[in-house]
Amino acid sequence: MTVAYGLRIRAHLARSDFHLDVDLELPPKGITVLFGPSGSGKTSLLRCVAGLERPSNGLIRLGQELWQDESRDVFVPPWERDLGYVSQEASLFGHLDVQKNVDYGLKRSGKPGSAKARSGAIELLGIGHLMHRHPANLSGGERQRVAIARALATQPRLLLLDEPLAALDLARRHEILPWLEKMRDELSMPMLYITHSADELARLADYLVVLDKGSVKAYGAAQDVLASVESPVIVGEDTGIVLRGTVVGRDALWHLSQVAFPGGYLWVRDNDMAQGRQVRLRILARDISISTHEPQDTSIQNHLMGSIQAIVDDVHLSQALVRIRCGDSILLARVTKRAISMLDLKTGDEVWAQVKSVAVIA
Amino acid sequence: MNFPLNKDAWDAICLTLELAACTTVILLVLATPLAWWLAQTQSKWRAPISALATLPLVLPPSVLGFYLLVAMGPHGPLGQLTQALGWGVLSFTFTGLLIGSVIFSLPFAVQPMQNAFEAIGKRPMEVAFTLGAGPIDAFFSVALPLARPGLLTAAILSFSHTVGEFGVVLMIGGNIPDKTRVVSTQIYGHVEAMEYAQAHWLAAGMLVFSFSVLLALSLLRKRIGQVLP
Repeated sequence: MTVAYGLRIRAHLARSDFHLDVDLELPPKGITVLFGPSGSGKTSLLRCVAGLERPSNGLIRLGQELWQDESRDVFVPPWERDLGYVSQEASLFGHLDVQKNVDYGLKRSGKPGSAKARSGAIELLGIGHLMHRHPANLSGGERQRVAIARALATQPRLLLLDEPLAALDLARRHEILPWLEKMRDELSMPMLYITHSADELARLADYLVVLDKGSVKAYGAAQDVLASVESPVIVGEDTGIVLRGTVVGRDALWHLSQVAFPGGYLWVRDNDMAQGRQVRLRILARDISISTHEPQDTSIQNHLMGSIQAIVDDVHLSQALVRIRCGDSILLARVTKRAISMLDLKTGDEVWAQVKSVAVIA
Repeated sequence: MNFPLNKDAWDAICLTLELAACTTVILLVLATPLAWWLAQTQSKWRAPISALATLPLVLPPSVLGFYLLVAMGPHGPLGQLTQALGWGVLSFTFTGLLIGSVIFSLPFAVQPMQNAFEAIGKRPMEVAFTLGAGPIDAFFSVALPLARPGLLTAAILSFSHTVGEFGVVLMIGGNIPDKTRVVSTQIYGHVEAMEYAQAHWLAAGMLVFSFSVLLALSLLRKRIGQVLP
């Protein structure tokens, strides 16, 4: 009998400034985002998975393949681990042009179908026209795309991405994010993705691991972790939830699309989305307000009824986060504590959530 | 006036170039792993080994030459070893001279390479590892090509420093025509014999050679700097 294992990571690493101490079992596909402030051990964790660090008492296993097990004295060196690694700073080899950079790993992987994987990676990242350029003559965004394509071309079983967008400006980030989303949707390989951007987190994460000072604070499906009450500590001002829904209708006159999600319907901007398309919606907690009866005479178009599950302190003393269950979904609303007192909101109350703004993120 | 470069002078020039070329080749082979080790290691031996490899830079050539002469002589440890191996005594031979030159120019090969390897940092090697290259593969396909400017500097400095050495040559090699007499000792001989005209020609040649080497080196660095980021 075979069991579909994911990625098992158990690692203890003692450094002068912090201790990494994690024990995780991650799903075998999709993007798992490692989130946390700098110095929380995200990069160290990724380096342990890659074999660039050797954690004591470590156990690293991908599927049935054992990469490290100190109890059995197994340690597979990084060059024999079937993975791709893309780091934050430019990691292209300066003495090779783009083509030779892409072929570097490919030549050493020795896998069947490598020509197809190579052209697939080049096409997926849109770097075909750059093949004869040198890294020095590429923009930051192009360099990162080449680095990602180089890792993909080896058809790794696991892709590790360490803040691949951190060194880029906002415009370049928006240039690469769609490629990453495309990779998530078209490739079946699991990815571990480090970021401390709430935006990237919301757009990319299927699964979320929150690290702080070397230990795991929360992990699970991204939707669940984001909607949990710990999230204000996690993402600060950009606290919000992500919903998955389906485009079900359109109001052509007013350029709006209707999206159904487990819990109701939302009107969003019409971006020429076909009926039936799956979308991710991101709603920031600060864009939801609460009313105790159905709002009338308001400009806000999206009203959802739900019940209050919890009220917790937010990052600022004046504010609270209200967790509202709405059908099978959870909404988070950021309101002032004075409003909670005036409206006498309590756990279990039926309320209306007014959604001021919804972002379609994929 | 005689033709300025007679047969003796040509012999000395050829021997000098031969010695410098052999020294450079041997140094590149020996100093590359040493420089790599010094750039990478965190061993407690790093400091003493590094000091030892730099010693020829500050030691008077006559001191180095004296110890080498004693070691290579018939009663020295090296001399007894070479005699036991049937190679005879190496002092006052070209091989002896070559060994002395290699040791004397060692810091000029190690330091530029070590700097180059240190400037590359750990990352390119780690990237190569994650792309499936083992340590030796990664060294030859990534570290060495990236350190090319340092390698070039090391080669040029070793070569020209060997051409310019005097003290060690005199101590180990003596001044035997066609065997161990190089340009620098030839000039010394001319001056001792009051043959200033010949000394002038050779000295001027050395001056032009040394200047050209340094000029070429700085131009080359500029060009490499433009090609490599």
